[in-house]
Amino acid sequence: MQRINSKVRPIGIHDCQKGCSMVWETVIGLEIHSQLKTKSKIFSGASTAFGATPNSQACAVDLGLPGVLPVLNKEVVKMAVTFGLAIDAKINKRSIFARKNYFYPDLPKGYQISQFELPIVGEGEIEISTGDGKVKKVGITRAHLEEDAGKSIHDLYDDYTAVDLNRAGTPLLEIVSDPDMSSAKEAVAYAKKIHALVQYIGICDGNMQEGSFRCDANVSIRKQGAEKLGTRAELKNINSFKFLEKAINLEVERQQDILEEGGSVVQETRLYDAVKNETRSMRSKEEANDYRYFPDPDLLPVDIDDELLEQIRSNLPELPTEKKQRFINDLGLSDYDAEVLTSQKAVADYFEAMLDVGADSKLSANWVMGELSAVLKKNQTDIENCPVSAQAFAELVMRIADDTISGKIAKDVFKAMWQGEGSADEIINSKGLKQMTDSGAIEGIIEKIIANNSAQVEQYKGGNTKLLGFFVGQVMKATQGKANPKQVNQLLNEKLS
Amino acid sequence: MHKLTVAELSKGLKNKEFSSVELTEHFLNRIKASDLNAFITVTDDLALVQAQAADAKIANGNAGILTGIPYAHKDIFCTKGVKTSAGSKILDPFISPYDATVSHKLNSADMIMLGKANMDELAMGSSNEKSFYGPVKNPWNKNKVPGGSSGGSAAAVAGRLSPFATGTDTGGSIRQPASLCGITGIKPTYGRVSRYGMIAYASSLDQGGPLTQTAQDAALVMNVMAGFDEKDSTSIDRAVPDYTQNLGNSIEGLKIGLPKEFFSEGLDSGVAEVVMAAVKEFEAMGASVQEISLPNSAHAIPTYYIIAPCECSSNLSRLDGVRYGYRCENPKDLEDLYLRSRSEGFGAEVKRRIMIGTYALSAGYYDAYYLKAQKVRHLISEDFKKAFQSVDVIMGPVSPTTAFDLGAFKDSVSMYLADIYTLSLNLAGLPGMSIPAGFSNNMPVGLQLIGNYWSEEMLLNAAHQFQGETDWHSRLPEGV
Repeated sequence: MQRINSKVRPIGIHDCQKGCSMVWETVIGLEIHSQLKTKSKIFSGASTAFGATPNSQACAVDLGLPGVLPVLNKEVVKMAVTFGLAIDAKINKRSIFARKNYFYPDLPKGYQISQFELPIVGEGEIEISTGDGKVKKVGITRAHLEEDAGKSIHDLYDDYTAVDLNRAGTPLLEIVSDPDMSSAKEAVAYAKKIHALVQYIGICDGNMQEGSFRCDANVSIRKQGAEKLGTRAELKNINSFKFLEKAINLEVERQQDILEEGGSVVQETRLYDAVKNETRSMRSKEEANDYRYFPDPDLLPVDIDDELLEQIRSNLPELPTEKKQRFINDLGLSDYDAEVLTSQKAVADYFEAMLDVGADSKLSANWVMGELSAVLKKNQTDIENCPVSAQAFAELVMRIADDTISGKIAKDVFKAMWQGEGSADEIINSKGLKQMTDSGAIEGIIEKIIANNSAQVEQYKGGNTKLLGFFVGQVMKATQGKANPKQVNQLLNEKLS
Repeated sequence: MHKLTVAELSKGLKNKEFSSVELTEHFLNRIKASDLNAFITVTDDLALVQAQAADAKIANGNAGILTGIPYAHKDIFCTKGVKTSAGSKILDPFISPYDATVSHKLNSADMIMLGKANMDELAMGSSNEKSFYGPVKNPWNKNKVPGGSSGGSAAAVAGRLSPFATGTDTGGSIRQPASLCGITGIKPTYGRVSRYGMIAYASSLDQGGPLTQTAQDAALVMNVMAGFDEKDSTSIDRAVPDYTQNLGNSIEGLKIGLPKEFFSEGLDSGVAEVVMAAVKEFEAMGASVQEISLPNSAHAIPTYYIIAPCECSSNLSRLDGVRYGYRCENPKDLEDLYLRSRSEGFGAEVKRRIMIGTYALSAGYYDAYYLKAQKVRHLISEDFKKAFQSVDVIMGPVSPTTAFDLGAFKDSVSMYLADIYTLSLNLAGLPGMSIPAGFSNNMPVGLQLIGNYWSEEMLLNAAHQFQGETDWHSRLPEGV
């Protein structure tokens, strides 16, 4: 719309039929629906808990009975303002709820209460890392409050569609970006950034499986350097970052194929099908509803006074960028490490919980980003579902720091902890993995090895110093890895010189 | 017994001259014998249970001032366990699972609901001919309309089938039938009476209020109906005075404004005479009169007939045949379900307004219609604001004519024009009353009193003083 990034990157070079060389650039804007973490709905007192018996959490207001009226849940206003302040956006002191009119069985009133002309949050921006180590600013057009619809279930009965209105009236913050992203990767980076942010500020649980965080992507392509945007398609129903990337790339290819064959892209809404890995047309612009927006006469304008604004500002939690800076300045972490550790709130929380019980920051950082993240990935789970608590993991890291075990042994201990075999200390003790630090004992073993490998000793002394590794290996083998590597190296150097 | 006012009935009950059960049975019998078609549903069983409970309270000395008094409830207010149709086929099967705030308040005051009063379908109409349950007859002449949309309510009170009735007023729907039936009606300031559970026609204009024989009765009932409701975001958190407190005040020095636009062509001369005679009566009581101007009055009709249809086109979307109410038989798909349920369920006038509103809100027309109408609405409010800098109350006719014959209006637009004097104060959100002021051609004529915001006490007192000097409010139709 307004702020088009000029540094868009070409996504591919293709030869058109006339033989000319053409470079396309991709333009992406995202609409993110973030479900606000309130106990009750946006306009009624019914619970928002997920997974209840169908229609058990829909009160008279949610059912759209004749005569009922909406009453705004004030918590949602605070949450929206919190988001606005977190992206340094303009907060509209007065915003208006409007009705978006259309008929659908899971929309009980025949209109959705949303915000149209005056949203609560105006223009803001957020920084993303583009992957090549560069930082890019993505503009946020607006963020507005609205109610969710219910759910239509088409496959429960042969001849009927079932409607569950538990979700009807659940509060959403719709975050609309400027068309500032120029690749699927950037779109994912942006979505992840927003995903992390809404969790940091505690307004959304970020659960994508349960639909608490959903993305629609507006995708178009144009010739590189062209000023005018191409016709866009809106991709709906994307509920994971992986699908977001796939759906955008599929759509870009589809549009390129059309344009290179001399066709034109139709403005339409397309549904992403994760099973078939394709996008297909839902409705074209001609079929699109005229929503007949108008201010909802049942609700007063939302006025935000300076007092409330200041109160929210002063209670704003530490934001990801602030946390990252603190990790760099106070903990001495590298920019990269600080970025990785703060990119998800759950990871940052885990890391900080380790420091709280006394683990070393750099060692903790290495182990969280290294072994822990590798094992989580291997087991296809995330840090929130990690069977080893931050406190337990911290204990393990502290045993490395105090030379009780080596890093190599620590990996084995961690495996046992993952299996639920006990705490780090319990496993170290029961398996006798405590590092051997008795110089006399290690010396004895070294002397035996030197005596048994005279040929290698000769070669080493003859100048083949690479053989030191051989001797270290032998010592480790003899001690089942428990000898302190530093001590072993030191003693070997002494004995072999 | 049926000729007594609410205030008189309250005394009679307290003095045990009659019981609430006797009173209730008396009115139920009158309703049964009546051919006015004033009720859609008569809730005899429920009424008698409520009456017995009221009598027990009276016997125990726990009675409030309205305990045991029967009333007719406009069928637009949701009543738990009782059909709430709003005069429409589409809600004919609808038994409300909850009580409107007004229903709850009247219940809590131990009042006895005799039944649900007939009305123009979904409150759209000025004659009560648009009800799915057939037209209501005017008790003064059964060939004539009672007015609308609260026609059943007005006819019930005028025909003494009920001592009091609830009504709602979106563009005159309390005042105009009160005028045409020779009774007292008040439309309070927007936000004074909760709209929760009152089936919405045009949300920014709708306001509930009472229809009674006298201003004193209206004050008694307003004490119960009015008040902030946290379930209605547009209701206003402002203390409710005791509306009966200042009913004895003198109106000496009251400044009356007569808008010249309300006395121009189109006003029936007989009505004009009655209205001017009533104003003279106020002068005789010490009020002063001056001419004022409400220059944007002429725009009230087009403004109203944009805003109200726009809001109703959206408000009525929930009546879709999916969750409750009328559903067509054997829908073949979703579109068929919507199309036929709504085509078969709504009457012609409702469909007309839904279509006008849908059109006016459409992309490309919104600015020209809805937005423009909102601007004119603001100008109309400003007219009143200016007027109330120099006068305390504005008086004029309610309706340009007395009650017209059933079936007299063939086209809707000419009936819309009859709302000319009532619409503007809904657009401004101001309170207004209609009180019996005399007769023209043997049919009652109402005088309209318009006050500034929150001036209900002043309006009720002015009306009460007038009713102390005149007896128009206690005249009865033949045979009552």
